[in-house]
Amino acid sequence: MIDSILDDFFWRALIGGLGVALVAGPLGCFVVWRRLAYFGDTLAHSALLGIALSFVIQVPINVGVIITCLGLALALVLFSRSKTLATDTLLGILAHSALAIGLVTLSFMPSVRMDLTGLLFGDLLAMSRSDLWWIYGGAATILCLLALLWRGLLMSTIHEELARVEGVPVERLRLALILMFAIVIAVAMKIVGVLLITALLIIPAATARRLARTPEQMVAMAMLFGFIAVTGGLALSWELDTPAGPSVVVTAFSCFLLISAVGGKQRA
Amino acid sequence: MNEVLAELSKVSVTLNDRLIVDRVSLSIKRGDIITIIGPNGAGKTTLIKTILGIQKATSGSISLQPGLVIGYVPQTLNLETTLPLSVERFMALSGCDRKGCKQALARTGVAHLSAASVHHLSGGEKQRLLLARALARQPGLLVLDEPAQGVDINGQAALYDLVRQLRDELNCGVIMISHDLHLVMAATDKVICLNQHVCCSGFPEDISHDPAFIETFGTAVAESLAVYHHHHNHRHDLHGNVSSLSEAKAAPTGSGHHHD
Repeated sequence: MIDSILDDFFWRALIGGLGVALVAGPLGCFVVWRRLAYFGDTLAHSALLGIALSFVIQVPINVGVIITCLGLALALVLFSRSKTLATDTLLGILAHSALAIGLVTLSFMPSVRMDLTGLLFGDLLAMSRSDLWWIYGGAATILCLLALLWRGLLMSTIHEELARVEGVPVERLRLALILMFAIVIAVAMKIVGVLLITALLIIPAATARRLARTPEQMVAMAMLFGFIAVTGGLALSWELDTPAGPSVVVTAFSCFLLISAVGGKQRA
Repeated sequence: MNEVLAELSKVSVTLNDRLIVDRVSLSIKRGDIITIIGPNGAGKTTLIKTILGIQKATSGSISLQPGLVIGYVPQTLNLETTLPLSVERFMALSGCDRKGCKQALARTGVAHLSAASVHHLSGGEKQRLLLARALARQPGLLVLDEPAQGVDINGQAALYDLVRQLRDELNCGVIMISHDLHLVMAATDKVICLNQHVCCSGFPEDISHDPAFIETFGTAVAESLAVYHHHHNHRHDLHGNVSSLSEAKAAPTGSGHHHD
């Protein structure tokens, strides 16, 4: 039974997409809370470079992407220490340079047959069984980390200095969060493509903000809106033969508009 | 001799090649209320961040009593409004139990707000919430960075009064930064005037006559403080009380009003 479901690429895409939404919810909340939207975008843009890298050093694509994201995050930390450029300028430089370098590098590899549109905007057909393992393995890792580190992560998000004084290991938690972003980018790439990952992170979280009264409620609702976006988007993609990623984002955005219109004022 | 909670010895902090704190030595004892005053950019916040361990000292040494619990009240509570958070939850994130959190909120007079969103609090309520949060941890040392910012003048006096009461109840040491010179003089044991280095320090009534203080703050401020002290003693003499410092501190509202 399960085997026959997994034989169908649409079901594989849906199951994979729900797995991604499961972690995009909580991480999306952190992106919104910590104002990391552009930072997430920068990491996601570097994913293409990671794909190229994984062919060069012969590792699975997901591993290449995770390594590149972490490398970029490290570069960002080092660059931002000099404080000669504003963070948004720096992020803009790194995001687009990483994307451009990735595209150029891939063009040097004619032997590697890549569906570029699929990489940039997501591809229903690309979801394989091994991808599902990656998604659910990644999701389990992230959810465990979040559960373990929840109070510290929340506290250092609310007030970093207060957290520090209270003995929260702020720096290490920041690293853990970056690692989780790298993982989610590596696995979400399949569903929405590298250009739209940030949208899948922030739109459900922003939608949830209207209705939530506690941080945990916001996370749960962000997951729910993520599920709706993925299900609706894939159905749209299936029916109208539209690209998967944009369809998911359009569905998420529709939810956001709907909740903004009827949700009334922010309550807490 | 009271036990020493924190001892700073020739602490200097350099940020981006600029000397922010210059060889500051001070010790905080249990029961002390020390107030740091000084002009903008004098390194006050940097100095207390060094005590808190948030900022590393470039040179010099800081020794804290082993196992010392520090309660920190930051300058302002600038919270990201995208994060839904109630007062109760914010307190619980300190890791203290429910009962302790409730008592701390009650002690600082904001118990009625426990279900409210932290984003809907006024400036004064936020400061009291932060104080409650510091209090819930049963601190041995209370560190406050301009606790009365954004609070009206009567509220300020009440807040400083509360800090003094908490010092008595917890038998802790207190070090704080303040701009409100008049209130500081009334509610503190020892004043440190900082301008990168410690330009003068001592009891409030002595410090306003100190040439270094007058040089830093100008004659106008020094004179107004001198007047203030005269008024203060006078007022308490009228009441028939001994014009001791602790009596003066008990009724800072009136004096604050006088100079408003």
